Amino acid sequence: MKARLGALAATAASIPIILFGLVLVTFFIGRVVPIDPVLAVVGDRAPADVVARARLELGLDQPLYAQFWRYLTDILTGNLGRSVMTSNPVWEDIARYFPATFELATLAIIVAAILGIGLGVLAATRQGSWVDQVVRVFCLAGHSLPVFVLALVSLLVFYAWLGWLPGPGRQGIVFQDMVETRTGLMTLDAALAGDWPAFQDAVAHLIQPAGVLSFFSLAYIARMTRAFMLAELRSEYVTTARAKGLSWPRIVWRHAFRNTLVPLVTVIFLTYAGLLEGAVLTETIFAWPGLGQYLTVSLLNADMNAVLGATLVVGLIYVVLNLLADLLYRLLDPRTR
Amino acid sequence: MIPRRSLLAASGAAFLSWDAVIRAAHAQTPPGVIVMAKQIDDIITLDPAESFEYTGGEICGNVYQKLTTTPNSNPSRIEGDLAESWTASDDARTFTFRLKPAQKFASGKEVTAEDVAYSLQRVVALNKSPAFIINQFGFTKDNMAQTIRATDPRTVVLTTAEPTATSFLLYCLSAAVGSIVEKATVSARAQGDDWGNAWLKGNSAGSGPYRLVSWRASEAVTMEANPNAAQAPSTRRIIMRHVADPSAQLLGLQRGDYDIARNLASDQIRTISTDNRYSVVSQRKASLLYVAMNQKNPILAKPQVRQAIKMAIDYEGIQRNIVPSNYAVHQAFLPEGLPGALTEKPFKLDVAGAKHLLAEAGHADGFECAFDFFSGAPVGDIAQALQANLAAIGIRPRMLPGEMRSVITKTRARQHDLALLRWGSDYFDPHSNAEAFSMNPDNGDDARNKTLAWRSAWAIPELTARTLAAVKETDTEKRVALYEAIQRDHQQQSPFAVMLQELEVAVTRNSLKGLNIGVLSDRTQYAPLAKG
Repeated sequence: MKARLGALAATAASIPIILFGLVLVTFFIGRVVPIDPVLAVVGDRAPADVVARARLELGLDQPLYAQFWRYLTDILTGNLGRSVMTSNPVWEDIARYFPATFELATLAIIVAAILGIGLGVLAATRQGSWVDQVVRVFCLAGHSLPVFVLALVSLLVFYAWLGWLPGPGRQGIVFQDMVETRTGLMTLDAALAGDWPAFQDAVAHLIQPAGVLSFFSLAYIARMTRAFMLAELRSEYVTTARAKGLSWPRIVWRHAFRNTLVPLVTVIFLTYAGLLEGAVLTETIFAWPGLGQYLTVSLLNADMNAVLGATLVVGLIYVVLNLLADLLYRLLDPRTR
Repeated sequence: MIPRRSLLAASGAAFLSWDAVIRAAHAQTPPGVIVMAKQIDDIITLDPAESFEYTGGEICGNVYQKLTTTPNSNPSRIEGDLAESWTASDDARTFTFRLKPAQKFASGKEVTAEDVAYSLQRVVALNKSPAFIINQFGFTKDNMAQTIRATDPRTVVLTTAEPTATSFLLYCLSAAVGSIVEKATVSARAQGDDWGNAWLKGNSAGSGPYRLVSWRASEAVTMEANPNAAQAPSTRRIIMRHVADPSAQLLGLQRGDYDIARNLASDQIRTISTDNRYSVVSQRKASLLYVAMNQKNPILAKPQVRQAIKMAIDYEGIQRNIVPSNYAVHQAFLPEGLPGALTEKPFKLDVAGAKHLLAEAGHADGFECAFDFFSGAPVGDIAQALQANLAAIGIRPRMLPGEMRSVITKTRARQHDLALLRWGSDYFDPHSNAEAFSMNPDNGDDARNKTLAWRSAWAIPELTARTLAAVKETDTEKRVALYEAIQRDHQQQSPFAVMLQELEVAVTRNSLKGLNIGVLSDRTQYAPLAKG
């Protein structure tokens, strides 16, 4: 028990060091980019006095280490600075953009995990059959087709041709500004308000972008599940179980699959972290105001406070999800205890 | 165990309810509501004293009124917006504006001279990016109480530091930064010394045809008709939705989810323009694409080389083949639509003439130089065409694609050789571009005023003096003639090859009428928009 707690504490203690490293690298990359940060604040046309004032306000007259120290002390007090692009505190922006990404990524990963695991197990248990071939082609397509092509094809087929699903955006025109924002999750806000038509509308708008993202993710999860399962099914304990007369489903799900769970947890958590980072192309095509779009637009506008803030959040997500995966590892795998 | 009949009934109900949602999602936009698909992530603020971006300017132009304006049908004519009349003193320093009666804010309160003085003073005091348009007349935080005054409820008096051309002042007051806000509403929401800036970023207090209902960054802007507007707009509600992808805009327009698509690509416009269910509305914008030649490069400093480059460009070919719908050939620094704009096009592709000039300059075998440009479409494609044009006369450009701001940063540091750049006018007066392209009061590396001429290290004391004389000329016709003369000389002598003028193209459903796009974004009017 003591050893387990010690390992956990060591992992937790590494978090601040990782985040410090992340901030350090991002900060210095931001400063060596050949873009004058003042341009982002006052634009190209501002008179000399406005430019000079902005330079002073940004602390750009200070040496680089002093600028970094100032930034570091600010974030330790919870101040990520103000975004040049939106004029809001970066925290406020992240709190507004992140729920959109969270809603999308969570639905996508749930669908991807359920279908991906199902398909992976199916393909592994029928290795070499037509089912296996179909799953492998399906996974290959999901992994190799560019996500923006999938997104545009999806819009063309389900929105423009068939008319089954609504187009870009998080809600329809009729519901715009109708539901009070509480959590930023459009579906949850509509449900909390008891506005069921708005809820259905929000779900309808989620299906296409989440579908595209989950197709992309499930291809990876299914491939990994298949590989892990094949390794397990070739193990001697499976042969022993079959010799003992255990039913095939019981061998697959209770024994083989359980052992694949440990590496699968890492795959799923890292895929989820990747989705939470924001899928820029999907968000752009589906006009989804998420973290990926915020980060990209900030980067293109040299809005370094926003870039640093969003990067820090993304880093935090990775670290926390890694930690969670680590915890689950210990729960699922007795050897790590 | 759920009985099969119940399961079937539940499935049927779920399908019907889903079908209803999808039908709602796909209904044509509701009557009285116009939905516009546009890339709107350039909006930083909707406070007119601070907003300096295209979409922000367009919204401010529909939410606020200014003292003066220019009609899109005849942009060089100045009309009163809130002002009924104006007079200038003999010394051309004191300008008195009389307000129209019964002009009302969205709150129902009448617009008074006090509101006008407050609005202009807050621009001066806040001193945000567009404030120089107003401040260039000598208004400062210290003198604004004396120089911007309301002398009675309908009279405002402005006193400039130096004699000023009336047309120059009136054009500058017609910019979005000259928008009039309601003093009582804004000052009540001021925090510290922010003059209500934090609140006005996402709210409105204007007397224009619309009022701002909401702005959700990178998502949507909603405007509602101002019930107290002098002329009630035809449409009750305007919704602008952020759709960055042109293909998604086109699909939405075709499905009936959008009434207007604002950012379609050239090939999409070409295809849809043959479909009689849609109309294409096009207007020249005050935005130019030009090649800058840094005079710090001794080869580019030779007049024959500059002229050869201007003659090597295939203006018509580039426009026709790369940007047929989004740009027009234009070769003067004042874009068509602005007063004094020169429409003459003295340059056309002449490879033999350009080669002859290069030989005369001592570079018969050409030369190599760096070429910076923004890598995004269509500028990147145009840069490639320019590379081929220059190669035809022996110039070998080293292509340096980059992000727009990194290219600008480099030119501001005078570190480029050739650069393909974009320039949009800041306000509706010839001086906006003349100051940038034909003024360079100090060519030293540490000069305060980094005009475009300075960035290309073009020392022009004589042209600077002529440009200053033009801005002070009080006779409007003489002033226009001065700018035309400056542009002619600029075309021949300058290190700038002005190539193209941007066109704003919007595609609307045929049932929609009245989209009135302005040369400057703050001139685009939604009030006449109506569904047939």
